[in-house]
Amino acid sequence: MRRGPLDLVRARPETPFEFSFDGEPVTALPGQTVAAALWQAGHLAWRRTRLGDRPRGAFCGMGACYDCLVELDGTPNVRACLAPVRPGALVRTQRGDGHGELR
Amino acid sequence: MANSADAVDGHDLGDRHERYDLAVVGAGPAGLAAAAAAAEHGVRVALLDSAPWPGGQFYRQPAAELRASRPQALHHHWPAFQRLLARLDVARERVTLLADHHVWSVTGGSGAFAVRALTGPDQRQARQLTARQVLFATGAHERQLPFPGWTLPGVVGAGGAQAMLKAGLVLPGRHVVVAGSGPLLLAVASCLVTAGATVPLVAEAADYLGYARGARVLAANPGKLVEGAQHGATLLRHGVRLRPRTAVVAAHGTDRVEAVTLGRLDAAWRPVPGSEWRVPCDAVAVGHGLVPQLELPLELGCRTRRLPDGSAALVVDAAQRTSVPGVWAAGESTGVGGVQLAVTEGELAGLAVAGQTAAPRELLRRRARQRAFAELMAARHAPGGGWTQWLDDATEVCRCEEVTARQVRDAVSELGAPDQRTVKLLTRAGMGWCQARMCGPAVARLCGAHDDGAPTRPLSTPVPLGLLAECDTPAPPSEGAPDDHP
Repeated sequence: MRRGPLDLVRARPETPFEFSFDGEPVTALPGQTVAAALWQAGHLAWRRTRLGDRPRGAFCGMGACYDCLVELDGTPNVRACLAPVRPGALVRTQRGDGHGELR
Repeated sequence: MANSADAVDGHDLGDRHERYDLAVVGAGPAGLAAAAAAAEHGVRVALLDSAPWPGGQFYRQPAAELRASRPQALHHHWPAFQRLLARLDVARERVTLLADHHVWSVTGGSGAFAVRALTGPDQRQARQLTARQVLFATGAHERQLPFPGWTLPGVVGAGGAQAMLKAGLVLPGRHVVVAGSGPLLLAVASCLVTAGATVPLVAEAADYLGYARGARVLAANPGKLVEGAQHGATLLRHGVRLRPRTAVVAAHGTDRVEAVTLGRLDAAWRPVPGSEWRVPCDAVAVGHGLVPQLELPLELGCRTRRLPDGSAALVVDAAQRTSVPGVWAAGESTGVGGVQLAVTEGELAGLAVAGQTAAPRELLRRRARQRAFAELMAARHAPGGGWTQWLDDATEVCRCEEVTARQVRDAVSELGAPDQRTVKLLTRAGMGWCQARMCGPAVARLCGAHDDGAPTRPLSTPVPLGLLAECDTPAPPSEGAPDDHP
């Protein structure tokens, strides 16, 4: 098997769990942020921009750029790179400012 | 505790708030060293950081649940970190570590400062403490220079890729082009290959030969050479090529990055026509050096200076005092210089706060040596003016507000906008969520500045309006310019 980050630091994570990303089940490791879990599953984008409807995901990885905003359990504008993911979480691609249903 | 901390902003706070001798904002290498040194000499310290654990960006670690038994495999200088934590543990009766605290405002003066933070899930819970003195160890974030396609998913900050790897043990892709400028790129590339990614190449816009002109400074900092050599050896072992005077001039793909175009640069960072070639990849890690995070100290009116790379940094005296009485600074906020300088400065600041006026000579010598290296580094990796030539009209300069290079240039040339602030008012560039952290240096340079422009922002982190309304202090000063650009 290909050597990855988990092997490198000899991680033996607690039991993986599932959460939902746009209705699809995604496996996460306990302790990962929403962004890390999505990267691990091969997803790089979880927001569509307000003006150009372009895909975006994590960029600065440290909470400074706000590019990774996502809808988490019904709350929009959550920074995916900071928010821990929990079992059964409902993660949805954020569209625009995340308040589309109010218009 | 002194009674002077009872009155902040002219209001008697009674027993509502916790009181400390010193509030250290930022628990990275500088903040940890400062807190340890001060606490060892009897100072009661509150150490605040937005992350759930101490270490800052440099010593970011996997979450406990990931149960990594060798986190140091992704780190340099790990034993130094362990020593700092051990010292804090010994002094634990005098140090209160407030992790997961996003400090958004520091106000007050003359021995009584109010520190306001947001904590709890989604950072919606307010917490306030008072301290007689404040020490900013707020670190830095990456300087970004846009290029066509840089908003594609898979193009991430070099520091961002490293942060996600260190904390979440994940990679953005399998084939990661590393590009930009500065020594961080070598560390990032070395981290990525060690963790299993392939790095087709590291594109460094500057010329490493430039370091040769600082031979004396290099000779005085052998540790830096060893560290560089270690990264170099790792890259060599994994067959990673370092290409100086080279930049990613475009990223390609529809919904994610699939390839980049690389180009040779001249000494002024102008792309050399006809030198372009294409490299397939599924991720790009990019960054053009680091810029100090200064929102909070600027709010208090601390003076800044320009570094050779155009960044603004806090002015400090020999004891790490800023221009504002009772306010101290250490680490990248006084000028980006790396982990060792940050620890040295934190140590000196902590001792000075504790009233230890005779600082050990060896520490002072070490700081001088390490600062000389920082200045050399800043000069060698200062962005050349030619980078703007790789922008096309449609390149989004401001990622938040989706403002293109064409819009910024029109504001400057057609509408006569003289500076970053006017461009912001005309185009909304820098007005979005990140408050110009990402686009500020680029917009300033597109306005003709040879530096990163004004670093001030009204708030260091978004704050619910209700909290602002509850605040009994006047609003912090808004937009301003560094002191060297009145």
